[in-house]
Amino acid sequence: MDFSGLIDNFGPLTVTGLAQGAIIALFALGYTLVYGVLRLINFAHSEVFLMGTYACLIVWGFFGLDQNSAAPSVGGMLLYLVIGLVVAIIASGVTALAVEVVAYRPLRRRNAPPLAFLITAIGASLFISELTGVLTHRNQRGVPPIIQAKPLFTIGDTTVTNLQLLIIVLALVMMFVLDRFINGSRLGRGIRAVSQNPDSAALMGVNKSRVIALVFLLGGLMAGIAAVMYDLKIGVTRYDAGFLLGIDAFAAAVLGGIGNLRGALLGGLLLGVLQNYAAGLFGSQWLHAASFVLLVVILLFRPTGLLGESLGRARA
Amino acid sequence: MSEKASFRSNGGVRGWYGRQPAWVQWIVIAIALVLAFLLPYAGDIPLIGPQIVTEGIDWPSALFNMSYYVLLALGLNVVVGYAGLLDLGYVGFFAVGAYGTALLTSPDSVLYADTGWKWLMAVPVALALTMVAGLILGWPTLRLRGDYLAIVTLGFAEIIRIFATSTTTLRGDRGFASIPHPPGTWNGEPIFGVTDAVPYFWLGLVVIILVILGVRNLDRSRVGRSWLAIREDEEAAEIMGVRTIKYKLWAFAIGAFIGGLGGVLFAGEQGFINSQTFVLQFSILVLAGVVMGGSGNMAGAILGGALISYIPDRLRGISLGDTDLYEYRFALFGLVIIIIMVLRPQGLIPSRRRAMELKDREKEVAPQ
Repeated sequence: MDFSGLIDNFGPLTVTGLAQGAIIALFALGYTLVYGVLRLINFAHSEVFLMGTYACLIVWGFFGLDQNSAAPSVGGMLLYLVIGLVVAIIASGVTALAVEVVAYRPLRRRNAPPLAFLITAIGASLFISELTGVLTHRNQRGVPPIIQAKPLFTIGDTTVTNLQLLIIVLALVMMFVLDRFINGSRLGRGIRAVSQNPDSAALMGVNKSRVIALVFLLGGLMAGIAAVMYDLKIGVTRYDAGFLLGIDAFAAAVLGGIGNLRGALLGGLLLGVLQNYAAGLFGSQWLHAASFVLLVVILLFRPTGLLGESLGRARA
Repeated sequence: MSEKASFRSNGGVRGWYGRQPAWVQWIVIAIALVLAFLLPYAGDIPLIGPQIVTEGIDWPSALFNMSYYVLLALGLNVVVGYAGLLDLGYVGFFAVGAYGTALLTSPDSVLYADTGWKWLMAVPVALALTMVAGLILGWPTLRLRGDYLAIVTLGFAEIIRIFATSTTTLRGDRGFASIPHPPGTWNGEPIFGVTDAVPYFWLGLVVIILVILGVRNLDRSRVGRSWLAIREDEEAAEIMGVRTIKYKLWAFAIGAFIGGLGGVLFAGEQGFINSQTFVLQFSILVLAGVVMGGSGNMAGAILGGALISYIPDRLRGISLGDTDLYEYRFALFGLVIIIIMVLRPQGLIPSRRRAMELKDREKEVAPQ
């Protein structure tokens, strides 16, 4: 136990944790959206994220960028960032839809028990991550230095880098947009209707299949953004990157109240920050153990997460 | 016994079996047992034998792998299939069983100076340890429902793995070597040696048979009926006087016990374990086996458990062009899982009772 380490580095640990938590929160949205509508854990969501991390690397590769290239100019940086984001979003979105069509839709037609969905999702997850593992020879792949982390400003003894700020702001903006979309648009009303009562929604003329596909797509888009941010922050990706961070993201979704969008944001940020405190206190190998102990303790007192399950509530 | 009557009226193998007189049923069981014990010699069957046996891995070893996977599937089936508690961290109990054995017997253990036991002496202590682990996990978490329970159990397995990786007592990657094999000699030679895996498979088979008998009796007792009630509707069960927490704890402890048995056997055969053995994918694989085989049905769990071990082992050593299929084993396995579940959502050998419930539910659902 290293209390002085924690207190001395409290500021930096918080900022790092917030940036990490923002990525986790974006990732967690996919779990929470699908759960809110289908009441199922989409186990293959980690691979949706994984495809995003590789897609932007591949497209940056087309531009001749690899981990050893020099940092681009400001204009080039913005261009590459936007291109990377777009490609990652498309790749993740397409993967999410493919998972829906291959692993979920046939089972829904056959009215299968809930566990069956979990298992096909596990199958899809195994297939995608293992295929990636074989094709990349299970090596990690480095990320080109699109954004050089530079200190931007300092509060007290805490330095915030441009990358950390970008990640946190982007996550908050995306959360806001998604929240507006679900609560304000016609399609969003369809999603809320299906999550409240699928059968009544279908009788009222909501196209259930389309809503479900839309939910997978939205989760995929958010995972794509999270994937690019992850690449830039961590600097490498690997075939099991999705699985490992997926556990955190799933835990974050449950922590905030699975099925609840704002819960995912809160859960993600909280988990990111507390993981970093735990790493400062006990050493980084205990980071995940600490987050799970925290999860158990919180679930004991609030069995449906901090904000409760409520994608379908009229005012979510 | 309306359930039994419906078994008889059904077609298929189980319908036929249910209609036979008791002595025929006993003969069928005896033949099945003899065939199971003769499995290590399956390669000697003309024509089909060589197709069945694994090429890249010694066949008796593959059979032993299947036997502990089957044990794990049987244990998880109690938790998931009977009591309906989604446990994503079942490998944790397997790990506790294996590490318990290793700590008590291996010369690498800090306890070796005090204990240094033989394998057989360590077995009951290790199993008691896993049951305690089951209770420790169950006590605070069983108030949680469904998916919340899933994430907490997943966390439990992760915490055990992190402990194994990060603490010096559990030695991380270096692991424990020279864990003693099970005892016994035959003609002056130890039965459980290093080269021949056949006795280990037979030992595994005996344990499996004992577990099947035990679980079958439990399922038909008050405990089993309580599990059924909890699985179907927890609130209703509670109101009807079933002490849900107590029976859920029972399911966890028994599931943990069986998982620990798998771990103890595994440690005894391998002689070496380290933290790499107990990755999380392992428990997800076992869960896939249980549901693929037919959740809530022991025959299904056995088939599913055997398949999740057999399919990857069988793919080892087969090359297509210049690539070894073993590289692709889990990717292919993922595909197989999807195909099986899409074609048979209730599993390969569905539980009859659950199939009836499913039909019942179809009536309730509005047309799509």
